[in-house]
Amino acid sequence: MTGYRTPRAKVEGLGAAHSGTAHFWQQRVTAIALIPLAIWFGWAAMHLVGAPYDMATAFLRRPVNAVLMILFIFAALYHMTLGVQVVIEDYIEQEGGKLLLLMLNRFFAWIVGAACLFAMFKIAL
Amino acid sequence: MAEQAKAAHPRPLSPHLQIYRWPVTMATSIVHRATGLALAVGTLLLAWWLIALATGPDAYATFQMVAATKLGELVLFGFIWSLAFHLLNGMRHLAWDMGYGFAIPTANKTGVLVIALSVLVAIGIFMLGYGALP
Repeated sequence: MTGYRTPRAKVEGLGAAHSGTAHFWQQRVTAIALIPLAIWFGWAAMHLVGAPYDMATAFLRRPVNAVLMILFIFAALYHMTLGVQVVIEDYIEQEGGKLLLLMLNRFFAWIVGAACLFAMFKIAL
Repeated sequence: MAEQAKAAHPRPLSPHLQIYRWPVTMATSIVHRATGLALAVGTLLLAWWLIALATGPDAYATFQMVAATKLGELVLFGFIWSLAFHLLNGMRHLAWDMGYGFAIPTANKTGVLVIALSVLVAIGIFMLGYGALP
């Protein structure tokens, strides 16, 4: 099933970075998703910053809040990874160091994401 | 030879960052990047808060204790302000992506607006969060 696309069709629109506008577009999509999610998070943080333990867990146990928090974490970490990647690509010239930092950038997001998700499941379920 | 020529007639250098008087748009641009990086570090605070809540009242009490110190309050205020600024300035970027607001006077005005609003929002959230609200 691989033979039917012409070589030109395979590379069209991908540009010098070989990934087309995927990075740019994903950055915008997560940015738009984060507008309502970050507003919700600010509102939630305002209520919870000094809250006692029972109140904070009760808040996060409500399904709407639990789902919104998970969505916020996912969108924020996705957006963060894309943004930090650009900063690394802009400022780090040495190829090996750049590669290492780009990897650590991905690892950081996965580790923080897994920790937050596990915590949310433990709190909410 | 080339070296001597260089010494006698230094080539003109293009001015760099420290030469320019900082326009608002330049400040908001670099602050957008700085707040983005700060928020990336701030995800560790969010993770700590959630893990403390998942672990139990004792772990949560430790978090609360650290958050209530002067340094803790400063860090939390910085986090909230960074979020407010990055959110508001991000909307400005999305407007640019759609082709709006590029005129220099407009960009300057929205830049000042974003700075002012972000400070107001951060102070508002912080005051309500720590004080007046039940």
